Amino acid sequence: MAGTLAEKVWEAHLVRRGTEGSPDLLYIDLHLVHEVTSPQAFEGLRLAGRPVRRPDLTIATEDHNTPTLNIDRPIADLTSRTQIDTLRKNVEEFGVRIHSLGDADQGIVHVVGPQLGLTMPGLTVVCGDSHTSTHGAFGALAFGIGTSEVEHVLATQTLPLQPFKTMAITIKGDLPEGSTAKDIILAIIAKIGTGGGQGYVLEYRGEAIRKLSMEGRMTICNMSIEAGARAGMIAPDETTFEYLKGRPHAPEGADWDAAVEYWKTLRTEDDAVFDTEVVLEAKDIEPFVTWGTNPGQGLPLSADVPNPADIADENERVAAQRALEYMGLTAGTPLREVKVDTVFIGSCTNGRIEDLRAVVDIIKGRTKHDDVRVLVVPGSARVRLQAEAEGLDQVFKDFGAEWRNAGCSMCLGMNPDQLKPGERAASTSNRNFEGRQGKGGRTHLVSPLVAAATAIRGTLSSPADLEPATASELVGAGA
Amino acid sequence: MEKINVHTGVGVPLRRSNVDTDQIIPAVYLKRVTRTGFEDALFSAWRNDPDFLLNQDAYKNGSVLVAGPDFGTGSSREHAVWALKDYGFRVVLSSRFADIFRGNSGKQGLVAGICAQEDIELLWKILEENPGTELTVSLEERTVTAGDVIVQFQIDDYTRWRLMEGLDDIGLTLQHEADITEFESHRASWRPTTLPAKFEPKQHVEAARPVDEEQEQPVG
Repeated sequence: MAGTLAEKVWEAHLVRRGTEGSPDLLYIDLHLVHEVTSPQAFEGLRLAGRPVRRPDLTIATEDHNTPTLNIDRPIADLTSRTQIDTLRKNVEEFGVRIHSLGDADQGIVHVVGPQLGLTMPGLTVVCGDSHTSTHGAFGALAFGIGTSEVEHVLATQTLPLQPFKTMAITIKGDLPEGSTAKDIILAIIAKIGTGGGQGYVLEYRGEAIRKLSMEGRMTICNMSIEAGARAGMIAPDETTFEYLKGRPHAPEGADWDAAVEYWKTLRTEDDAVFDTEVVLEAKDIEPFVTWGTNPGQGLPLSADVPNPADIADENERVAAQRALEYMGLTAGTPLREVKVDTVFIGSCTNGRIEDLRAVVDIIKGRTKHDDVRVLVVPGSARVRLQAEAEGLDQVFKDFGAEWRNAGCSMCLGMNPDQLKPGERAASTSNRNFEGRQGKGGRTHLVSPLVAAATAIRGTLSSPADLEPATASELVGAGA
Repeated sequence: MEKINVHTGVGVPLRRSNVDTDQIIPAVYLKRVTRTGFEDALFSAWRNDPDFLLNQDAYKNGSVLVAGPDFGTGSSREHAVWALKDYGFRVVLSSRFADIFRGNSGKQGLVAGICAQEDIELLWKILEENPGTELTVSLEERTVTAGDVIVQFQIDDYTRWRLMEGLDDIGLTLQHEADITEFESHRASWRPTTLPAKFEPKQHVEAARPVDEEQEQPVG
């Protein structure tokens, strides 16, 4: 058997090996569908008179367009409503399962798959969404595809693919207090660049990765695409099995035992060779923030806004100049002094229950900074329900945050949750592109811990910057 | 899919690196349910600037985009390819493409050719010195010709063959349907199926309200 984790999963799904430069044909175990990248694919099937080959390996949810307020009323934006209605009609016609707005299992497709126990080690998982790489946290080979490929998978349950190269990214040692999975991935992208992973499947390894929860591992694999990689993977272990056991679609009885036995073989052999290897020391990873307009333009929070003149590569220098202009930042300003207007907590990167708990640990007993709007959008309706069962929603409300319904929301602003021109956000999401969170909006990517501290101080901050809560900050004091 | 072999058209020198798919087509345009009509969405934020290339007479009918490195990064949206094609582009040249964008291009008949960065710089120079210069792109020869300057580009053999033959991927795959059925017959029973649907008990999800509405709740 081939040596690396990625190669093992690839080999196990080979329907037909390509010859003379033609691609391999790979079987797809799980196809996740949402409203934005599927309508033209279903239309293609209809025009060709083709059925969905395996509705029982397909599942749909509504996430990109859905409002996070008033979800029991008709969607105000007519084009959004049309797109969601189109998905509902399509899944009915083709017999595909859906979790619609208002359903307890609705939410961001990459939060829903794992929480239902559909995402498992050793699977191939695809979705018309680049953040499908999230599912690699389980040791699945999971990657985003375009709409033509969505149609291809619906029709054939396979994809023709050219083999990927493999890259090992090893994080040695232990993370310092206050640093998180998000800081690891932002540091990786800053190191290898937004194109560094092109053509590769990344495998994250090392002690710091092993010690992460499944949520943390998903945060890392989620942003593999921001390094240009098609997929990111982490070998499954007891943490993975523990997370899966008892979930609605997890195998049971003899199937569970057979599965675990197989899953334990899903690790890179000691003598396997990666095409490229990158090593980072966990102890050097501080809380990270982005200052520019691509996810590779990031620095430790303790740094200053960089000076483009110091960048040797001409393309990089011009890009940095443009980015600073767009972001309204001056070289040399300490990042800690950058004031924000909005804090967004959510997305397929950091909208899981553990992320919300981490934020609550910081903000409990405090109130937000007066000039900051704080939006908390759970990754799925189940995450919202669980947070409410734990009383987290009340902490957010007391803090002064808006507690919303689930969806992609301000990560990409396809629904009404958008930044205004010139508005600046600290965001736990994954992309800081120009206009991503709203036309003219300025995005700094941060971890949930940095988002929480920033919401309190009003400038980019980490929990280490916080004074102990004073009496006047305590909720209800003097009211 | 339309067959492509040689294309000649006006070259557009886009001197920017890391042109992500949010810049090619912002998310607000992704709400449509059709596959065509995205021409107005292409680079929509940049097109508000009167000096932007596509607002200049010499370039506005361009069909060969010559872009900086890492073109098409970010979101997987195939709409980026549709918008380029609907606008009239048939070829994009760059020294580096994001994988998903390159794959999407091949499926939609947009040629994504990889040139050395020094050749991109040379083409930029020619197109900026003589705006409106036509480039001839030959898939057969894997060359770009601008007057007497000829540069090479790379494209993988399989994609090139499919573009030149105008072949549909699904049709090609379905020729191997027996192999797919054979593969499915060995699928391990622990591997998941989405049907019959399983989930935690259903629960009511309360609708969040705008903050000002929440505060307006009747008193007492």
